[in-house]
Amino acid sequence: MSQAPVNISLRRVFWITLRRDLLLAYRRRNDLISPLMFFLMVATLFPLGVSPEPVFLSQVAAGVVWVAALLATLLSMDSLFRSDFDDGSLEQMLLSPQPLALLVLAKVIAHWTVSGLPLTILAPLLGVMLYLPGEGMSALIFSLLLGTPTLSLIGAIGAALTVGLRKGGVLITLLVLPLYIPVLIFGTGAVQAASTGLPIGGYLAILGAILALGTVLTPLAVAAGLRISVSN
Amino acid sequence: MYFDSFADFIAMGGHGLYVWLCYGIAACVLSFNILSPLLKKRHFFNEQTRRLRRERRMAEQEQGTP
Amino acid sequence: MAISWKMPKWFFQLGSPRWFYDISSKLLPIFAVAAALLLLVGVVWGLAFAPQDYQQGNSFRIIYIHVPAAILAQSCYMLMAVAGAINLIWKMKVADMVAKSCAPLGASIAVLALATGAIWGKPTWGTWWVWDARLTAMLILLFLYVGVYSLHHAIENEVNAGKAGAVLSLVGLVNIPIIKYSVEWWNTLHQSSTFKVTERPAMPAEMWIPLLIMVVGFYCFFAVSLMLRTRAEILEREKRSGWVRDLVEAD
Repeated sequence: MSQAPVNISLRRVFWITLRRDLLLAYRRRNDLISPLMFFLMVATLFPLGVSPEPVFLSQVAAGVVWVAALLATLLSMDSLFRSDFDDGSLEQMLLSPQPLALLVLAKVIAHWTVSGLPLTILAPLLGVMLYLPGEGMSALIFSLLLGTPTLSLIGAIGAALTVGLRKGGVLITLLVLPLYIPVLIFGTGAVQAASTGLPIGGYLAILGAILALGTVLTPLAVAAGLRISVSN
Repeated sequence: MYFDSFADFIAMGGHGLYVWLCYGIAACVLSFNILSPLLKKRHFFNEQTRRLRRERRMAEQEQGTP
Repeated sequence: MAISWKMPKWFFQLGSPRWFYDISSKLLPIFAVAAALLLLVGVVWGLAFAPQDYQQGNSFRIIYIHVPAAILAQSCYMLMAVAGAINLIWKMKVADMVAKSCAPLGASIAVLALATGAIWGKPTWGTWWVWDARLTAMLILLFLYVGVYSLHHAIENEVNAGKAGAVLSLVGLVNIPIIKYSVEWWNTLHQSSTFKVTERPAMPAEMWIPLLIMVVGFYCFFAVSLMLRTRAEILEREKRSGWVRDLVEAD
């Protein structure tokens, strides 16, 4: 380990952290299937539990896909900091001179790439299975593309606050779900508007604005949460 | 031969896309299930050969400097 | 605790990984050639020579992939559960490895059955997906496969992972008739008015003989792939033993 402080740029730190997390995720490829399968299974429960009538399903498809994506994202959030916490690298990150918010942002982006992004790609298949009207399909993809990163960012706050706890899983859900509601409302709103032929620009703009705000502010909240959790 | 011409065979009376898509996916799934274990086996042998070589080298070094 | 029923000697010989590796070396060429031949004959016959269906036209030819895949997906699950049971009762390593190899194989075949079923549905029923009893049951079978596979890979200790997977697949096996019954009952409740998946009327010989050939060909392919996967698994797990080292050195 070098003793003298290395002059390392913020951009390089960001990329190193991003690359590290992506590499770690690649080494555990098998774990990435679980949220996707959960996504598929939750969506399957609705036709089985309520009704497989195309008339009914096409009305609820937007909401069901969005709720399933939301729950699948929540499920995957626990793994964001867990392994780093367990082996001590999280404390190393807190001790390092690099701004924690930057490291957090890199980690969340890496996490979204292997959880939220595959969800977005799988969503059209679920749309087809739930008879989502064709006009709503592109709105589904775009709304999820803008929404899932926000879900990952907000979920990271919950993950940070509960990382030290034993029964973190359900608690994250309780903390984070109220914060998810605006994203859910605008996301499904966009898809339903598109299904009835209305323009979706406004919805997507608001989702984009929430994402932009989240990208700037949530890493700070996550960093604060991590400091609290680690000091427990 | 059920079809009159090769072009007819490809077109499958309008259902060509569906039929060939299915057979294509089947070919992919079957070859994946054959190639994946074969690759694993080759990877295993490469790794073990490398490890064996490394162990031999280390054993020789130890003997060389008692 | 091994239950010592009066099993014949060859049964326990099966449990030796090395024996399995040696005998599969001899069986592989036979099954591989059989699979290649049967699949080739079946595909060519089904695609080019069989007549088209009166109602469905040429999309009917998808049956030569879809039906063998569906049959294989179900048989593979049963083999996985039985192999898991043998592992639990007699603690046979080979059974454990066979069960582990069945999971990804069966899952991919189930995906094939679902995909071909959906693609067949588009020209036949006008929709890519439909919540009918058989497709839904196959989807749930896929979920069961993924569960067993995930469990195998989640547990670090190989022996425990195998046992856990065996327990899960046995629970799933008991569940399959229940799932089938409940899904069919649910399907009759929600009888979709637009169409009904009817049983195929009696097929002429030119249609069902290639189907039979494809089914047998798929089973031979299954044997080949299962043996290949189990062999790779044996090598990995027995890499410390003498005979594997000899194999590596011979390389």
